[in-house]
Amino acid sequence: MSAMQRLAPVLMPGAPLLTLSGVSRRYGAVRALQDVALTVWPGEVLGIVGESGSGKSTLLRMLNLEDTPDAGDYRLALPESPGNLFALGRFARRQLCARAIGIVYQNPHLGLLMAHSSSGNVAERLLIAGERSFARLRARAREALEASEFPLSRLDDPPRDLSGGMQQRVQLAKAIALEPALLLLDEPTTGLDVSVQALVLDTLKRLQRDRRITMVIVSHDLGVIRTMADRVVVMRHGRVVEEGLVDQVFQDPQHPYTQELVHAKL
Amino acid sequence: MSLHDLTRPWAAFSYGFLDAEAKREMRRKLIKAIAVPGCQMPYASREVPIARGWGTGGLQVTLTLVNPTSVIKVIDQGADDSVNAASIRRFLTRVSGARETWDTTEASLIQSRHRVPEERLRADQVLVLQVPNPEPLRPVQPNMSIARQMHADADYARLWLVLYEQIVRAGRIMQGAAYPSMVNGRHVMTPSPIPRWDVPKLNMAQHLTILSAGREKRLYAVPPFTSVVPLAFSDVPYKVEDHAALTCARSGLSGYFMNEIPQAAGGSAYETSDSNLGIKAIRRAGGETVEIAPTWYQGGEFRP
Amino acid sequence: MPNCDPPHAEVLAVEGLAKSFRMHHLDQTLHAFEGISFRLLAGEFLLLRGPNGVGKSTLLRTLYRSYLPDVGQIWFNHASGRIDLARAADVDIALLRRREIGFVTQFLVARPRVAAQDIVAEPLRRAGMAGDAALAEAQRWLAAFGVKRDLWRAYPTSFSGGEQQKVNLARALIQPPRLLLLDEPTASLDVGARAALVARLAELKAAGVALIGVFHHPGDVAALIDRDLMLSEKKVFDVAV
Repeated sequence: MSAMQRLAPVLMPGAPLLTLSGVSRRYGAVRALQDVALTVWPGEVLGIVGESGSGKSTLLRMLNLEDTPDAGDYRLALPESPGNLFALGRFARRQLCARAIGIVYQNPHLGLLMAHSSSGNVAERLLIAGERSFARLRARAREALEASEFPLSRLDDPPRDLSGGMQQRVQLAKAIALEPALLLLDEPTTGLDVSVQALVLDTLKRLQRDRRITMVIVSHDLGVIRTMADRVVVMRHGRVVEEGLVDQVFQDPQHPYTQELVHAKL
Repeated sequence: MSLHDLTRPWAAFSYGFLDAEAKREMRRKLIKAIAVPGCQMPYASREVPIARGWGTGGLQVTLTLVNPTSVIKVIDQGADDSVNAASIRRFLTRVSGARETWDTTEASLIQSRHRVPEERLRADQVLVLQVPNPEPLRPVQPNMSIARQMHADADYARLWLVLYEQIVRAGRIMQGAAYPSMVNGRHVMTPSPIPRWDVPKLNMAQHLTILSAGREKRLYAVPPFTSVVPLAFSDVPYKVEDHAALTCARSGLSGYFMNEIPQAAGGSAYETSDSNLGIKAIRRAGGETVEIAPTWYQGGEFRP
Repeated sequence: MPNCDPPHAEVLAVEGLAKSFRMHHLDQTLHAFEGISFRLLAGEFLLLRGPNGVGKSTLLRTLYRSYLPDVGQIWFNHASGRIDLARAADVDIALLRRREIGFVTQFLVARPRVAAQDIVAEPLRRAGMAGDAALAEAQRWLAAFGVKRDLWRAYPTSFSGGEQQKVNLARALIQPPRLLLLDEPTASLDVGARAALVARLAELKAAGVALIGVFHHPGDVAALIDRDLMLSEKKVFDVAV
């Protein structure tokens, strides 16, 4: 017996922050995304789970405007209402990404300049946004690193000299430095030691609680999603197969694939 | 009909060494470069009879601009009498019939390596700077295709980042020569390896500056009355070299950019880097009537 | 109290509710309950009764929407209207959970490096109370449930089950919801905490909170119970076609 169709939201005040609809992307013969739709409300944490190749990381790259789908519409409720973000040119995208979207990648090499200082990595974001005071750059970089619980004694060490957990904190500081409307997390703790993973998740959770940052977090680790997310989307073969409140999806999964996933991983 | 009827007698057909096609390309690129100040224009950099890296870029521009009424000055690190400056100057006059000079005020066309003369240039003068590396983004972005895209996007955050890290690591900005500067509020250029002392001379200047890199096949320009602003944080002002208080051991001049001459006994002596300015000062001190144009720096202070 | 309803106002109306679990890998469906209908008024305390495994907790979780019902309606009168919890959007459910529907289980979802008093104060802060006032109120409730003062600023991840449960209760009960679901809240509680819980439940009930509970030893709350709903053994396994 399948569950009843859910109604549209009626109680949430305001509008969703993120609305993605009809997103499809092929790479040659591979259909990486098929008609994907997402809605994220301000202050919410949306989890995306699925196995490798399910399209979850491709989807996150789309949300970060690193790639353009074959079809689809992507809107963020920002003051300047930029319309369909996929329709923006390279320059406008870059500006928008720098200001409104932060991202933490699984691989810190994708997000960091490994040979520059850690504070400089954060400062670069602020520089892109036009900050030209050295003292303010320094103060804001320090503040963002501190909020990411990065040890300030290592402020100017280059990320290549840091541990994996510390590198993720630098990425996080860089991502939140401009107080983005949307924070994207792509397997932010995968590959870290379990204890380090717990600390990084804890930092994320704390930031979310203190700043009510809207987040989309991709992970194949259901534990990470359960810790972090309010709602979860389950992806398989480039499609969303199930969507719901985290406790509901994990305790009462509807789709055969989700059941398999939940039973395999819990 | 004989071959003699079909051809003209031999005559030199290429004034100023470069052939007409080469000069036409240079003129087109120069016009473009002037139209988009600070923006690098690629060009086909011909062979000239000096080695790449010894001023071929500047030489091609000078050869394109020279005419029989030109008065040519060539300086190398401020000196007119260095081997390179002398060879280039002699070559230029030989292929153009133009007159040569050491005097900045007299010259109409000045080719220079690493210095801008201390005497203020006028609207009827053109300064040609030899550039080893025209790409200010090269240290932060080795991929030149991406660097071009960054110029297109005015994405210079990484240059600022370099300055940020210099202050963090050394407490001050360490960039000595080739200080990245924003031209006309749009493109960041490297002003060739001139000292920081010389960068303000390009800002809103009366003269035209052309910067050309022969090996890298790029040229760019600062037209007259165009802003050239060295990148600097709002709270860490741009500083030129601390030479205001130094005195030239030979000419007695002070308040100009100096060359440091280490002494055998230890310590240093200083000499005016702009050698012709020093010569003029010595001659004036010897009682000759010598015209020295107003200089950009007075009493060691830049006077715009 | 913010969510105070007039006595006898209807808070919940459940109609024809059924829940089954489809287990795809076994190709089986487990029927938990069906045909559940009841009404609940403000200030009423409904006890769910029935033998172990009959689906009492499942019903509570279905009302909380941790489980998706198959058919039926769960009409909930919230602060500004009526909504069917069986079909409401996930974000609406999340919002109601933050503001109007509480759920107390015997398990605390402790978060690392958040002090006990901050965990307890969080619902008040979220509702807009100033930090200091919320903290003072949180401390009052921790004290009421018998959590020792020197633990208030410690992280409950390291607490014993009983202490964690006290923190959990203080947090769940600090802010009166409109509807409170209680799943064996007295398990693993000592006598003092149990008394504090019963006192708080009485206070909430008097304030108009509607309560639905599952208790191992309903004797603890016998004085508060208005009605009970007996769930009967009716578990059927079907093998689908």
